[in-house]
Amino acid sequence: MSGRLRQPWLWAWVGAAAVWLATAAFTGGTGSAQVLSAALTFGAFYVIVALGQMFVITLGPGNVDLSIPACMTLAGTVSMKVMGGAAAMLPVGLVLALLIGLGVGTVNFALIRLLRIPPIIATLSSSFIFQSAAIWYNRGLRVKPPEPLADFTTARIAGVPVIALAVAALAVAMHLLLTRTLYGRAVLAIGQNQRAAHLAGIRVERTRALTYLMCATLAGLCGFLLAGFSGGAALNMGEEYLLSSIAVVVIGGTSVAGGYSNVPGLWGAALFLFLLVTMLNTFGAGAGVRLVLTGLIIIGVIVAASGGRRRI
Amino acid sequence: MASQIGNLISPRLLRALLPPLSLAALLVTIFWLQPRTQSYFGLNLLLNLAIPIALATIAQMFILCVNELDLSIGAFVSLCACITATWLNDTPLLGVLALAGLVGVYALLGALIHLRNLPSIVVTLGMSFVWLGLAVLVLPTPGGAAPGWIRSLMTLKPPLVPFPIIAAVAIAGVVHVGLMRSAFGTVLRGAGGNPASLARAGWSILRIKMTMFALAGFFGALSGMALVGLTTSADANIALRYTLLSIAGVILGGGEFVGGRVSPIGAVIGAVTLALAGSFLSFLRLNPDWQIGAQGAILILVLALRVLISRGEARR
Amino acid sequence: MTATAPIVRLDGVEKRFGAVRALSGVSLDLAAGECLGLVGHNGAGKSTLMNVLSGVLTPDAGRVSIAGQDVTGGYSTANAQAHGVRCVFQELSLCPNLTVAENARISHPAIRGFGWRGQARRLIGNKLGEVFPGHGISPNDLVGDLSIARRQMVEIARAFAVTDRPARVVILDEPTSSLDSVAAGLLLKHVRRFVEGGGTCVLISHLLGEILDTSDRIAVMRDGGVVALDAARAFDRRSLVAAMGSVTEAHGQADAAPKRGTAQPVVRARPLKQPDERELTAHAGEVVGLAGLSGQGQTELLVRIFDRAPGTDVAGPVALVAGDRQSDGVFPLWSIAENIAVGSLRRFKGKWLLDEAGITHFAEDWRRKIGIRTPDVGNPILSLSGGNQQKALFARALGSDARIVVMDDPMRGVDVGTKQEVYGMIREQAAKGRCFLWYTTETDELRNCDHVYVFREGIIAADLPRAEMTEEKVIHASFREDA
Repeated sequence: MSGRLRQPWLWAWVGAAAVWLATAAFTGGTGSAQVLSAALTFGAFYVIVALGQMFVITLGPGNVDLSIPACMTLAGTVSMKVMGGAAAMLPVGLVLALLIGLGVGTVNFALIRLLRIPPIIATLSSSFIFQSAAIWYNRGLRVKPPEPLADFTTARIAGVPVIALAVAALAVAMHLLLTRTLYGRAVLAIGQNQRAAHLAGIRVERTRALTYLMCATLAGLCGFLLAGFSGGAALNMGEEYLLSSIAVVVIGGTSVAGGYSNVPGLWGAALFLFLLVTMLNTFGAGAGVRLVLTGLIIIGVIVAASGGRRRI
Repeated sequence: MASQIGNLISPRLLRALLPPLSLAALLVTIFWLQPRTQSYFGLNLLLNLAIPIALATIAQMFILCVNELDLSIGAFVSLCACITATWLNDTPLLGVLALAGLVGVYALLGALIHLRNLPSIVVTLGMSFVWLGLAVLVLPTPGGAAPGWIRSLMTLKPPLVPFPIIAAVAIAGVVHVGLMRSAFGTVLRGAGGNPASLARAGWSILRIKMTMFALAGFFGALSGMALVGLTTSADANIALRYTLLSIAGVILGGGEFVGGRVSPIGAVIGAVTLALAGSFLSFLRLNPDWQIGAQGAILILVLALRVLISRGEARR
Repeated sequence: MTATAPIVRLDGVEKRFGAVRALSGVSLDLAAGECLGLVGHNGAGKSTLMNVLSGVLTPDAGRVSIAGQDVTGGYSTANAQAHGVRCVFQELSLCPNLTVAENARISHPAIRGFGWRGQARRLIGNKLGEVFPGHGISPNDLVGDLSIARRQMVEIARAFAVTDRPARVVILDEPTSSLDSVAAGLLLKHVRRFVEGGGTCVLISHLLGEILDTSDRIAVMRDGGVVALDAARAFDRRSLVAAMGSVTEAHGQADAAPKRGTAQPVVRARPLKQPDERELTAHAGEVVGLAGLSGQGQTELLVRIFDRAPGTDVAGPVALVAGDRQSDGVFPLWSIAENIAVGSLRRFKGKWLLDEAGITHFAEDWRRKIGIRTPDVGNPILSLSGGNQQKALFARALGSDARIVVMDDPMRGVDVGTKQEVYGMIREQAAKGRCFLWYTTETDELRNCDHVYVFREGIIAADLPRAEMTEEKVIHASFREDA
């Protein structure tokens, strides 16, 4: 069991490479570099939210954050409007986006604790409110991001998107956080067995609170960057991240049963999902086929990853 | 005796009364704010769209009853709506076969989740992509047309009582009798409460799970058909919001995530409450931007009340 | 013994769980119209035997026959019920989300069709009225809203209720543990009525009084076998206790110097339900035992001490050694080293990151000290045998900086060799000033303790210094005097 769990992230990378090669073979290599570069950019946004979602899912069954899209949208719209396109306001906007994330996380965890309801329903109901807040605040405007922000999200160094490099660095930091800190060990322990974690002296509730705060803060950051990248915040900008954030985590080899997760797999899965879409587009497949295949792959991965049979 | 008085306002009764009371409070406020809604047509307009939501909520309830969760019901309803607006309209036989096949797929999903002990969240997450993809394939651009009989059913104007009210009562009543009152429904719910004990008594949990998933698929299909009957056309994204609404509706109606504690009547009431919460704001002359927010707020409010009730219970 | 052919015959039944032999060739006959009392200490094999009889477990060897028919092959719970074997399990098997009547329907498939609700209500209502007159339970009550005692009554009535299938053999596993004395008395009267009507009943109980009063015959189990079997008349309380206990006599060693008296205790705790002023106290350097039958509130008190819950007074950090490794102890996806170090991670906190080399070194050190049999502490914890997993849990607690170590029956399923090693380790650590609170269901282990508290029904029933501690006293205190 654990032998198989050792390197599940590898498969996401193998899949990403295979899909990219298939695309390159089809086009005879033209545009392959651009495809890769686009994959790195879009993959980076996936990875930011998936990092937070991964920590949440690692906490064990029932833990999942459904408020990521709403949080992204709220952070994106508010920060863009406050900055009003002024470069000087950039730090204010960034801090604001992060604070909104922090606020969303606080509300989420407060609901989980105070109402004693499963995280799914807590983050679901709070997301309704945050989504509305974003709609109300935005009033259909699309404020352009400050230029330096737009430049940052689209800049390249030697053909590699800067944002991908930045998120790669973030991923390394998160990997260390997961594997080499007290907090990371606590998350992993809680996900394997919450009662045992408590009895081993781990502060369960504090760890869970930190995790939900971090997840929402990362979603806020992602909303800020994505709004910068796409020329302003849109009210539906977070929509596809609801299912994608979970899909990236699962395909990346994180155990949905909790207690086992890994960061490299997130990048592999994010690239894989994007490149898969690109490949199917290149092959001339429509959106329908693309979605069906994505779904079947998610199910295939989870079936392959679970060996367990029910006893009754 | 004190215990008898206690029994009169037992936490169980309070819990059961919470959903209808929330709905009543909402309705009374709406009537007060906008007396015209009390008319036949007002009510019709107000409650029309609650019917497909109620059907989707019932579907979600079957899944929650056996301790699983369906993140794909919205996409599934969209797909069924697309099939209804195309195949069922153009070639009814093909349409019926396709919908029946989809119900069968739902049953197989239940079997897969049970036999391989898979997390239903992830499986249904994957299926939501599949349903959505199929919906896009069936109906690439918004359009299609509602089959005449569905259209005329959904726009029925019975005397005195508006159709949505009759439909809601009928849905709640039928499912209540089937799941809560029948001998077989009792076994289905028992599987949510204590599967080990059911298996020990000789029931097949696999069969029960498949039945529940098939029922969810059936009501999901009905929801798609009802939706097309109201909107007269479909598109692939038409019901994506139903996934979250249906979960919220079940919970609002007094259902719980685990333990097989669900209530069909409550689920329908929850769905109607959520559908009304949207309209409520426009009557308050508040910003319609807060429509979804009102749904979230009502959900949180009712859950908070429920916590208060069970606190009281613990104190007894 | 009755002369008629037995209704149930168990012949040489064996059952193993891994290395543990739960049943070692048990042969037992049950006749129609008799009540068999089944007693024995924890882990003697009573529940395993009854699980075999009711089809939950398949025996590794031996035969089960009912009414002269060999049913060993393909025997299952459904099968057992068709043969009229009913079991009231210790853990309740009702669906809490259904009503009392609906629960009756679950185990009686014959109740169906129109008017099934009425049938079910009558069936369970009449049986409840018959067994527990004045029970105050409505068939429409939701089981989840009932008290534990009332749920137990429903469960019992359901087992005795008859539809199209007969109730030939009813097994009652600790049926009175959650009933008050009135309800318990009613149940035992019903058992006699049922038996006199030709039924067969197996009664498992730790209340020796009710066993002696209700049974026709009594079987005493120990270490997976039946060690005594005779008419109930032939036994009394004393002889039953003697048959249950192990043969070795306690030799009161008086070598340990009493550490109590002047020193300040490091732990003081009172069980929540304790009616008198008794409390558990423990001092530095002391090994304090928590004895009694299993599930009498020992674990709850230990966890409260670990949590420093209100009502406890704990001076110093606490570590816990879990007994139920799967649910309370082991992190199954982690290596041995990670499992050992999780209790002491704070020590390895560098400026930013954990010192991994330090952790491995620490785990390796404890592997050697405590003798965990593995070539590499980087191996998964599940690669170890149960006993060695338990040693890793000991290493986790002993390696931490805790001055107080609470142990929740930690030797379950551990082999003798390992036990001896760990005993030595505990004594050694206690000598260095650590305080141990040790809940054990094995009376032998109490010899390692300086002071023993015997628990019964959630409260401290006896408070025995080492000098006064004998096995007999512990067993006597474990069973209610008035029963």
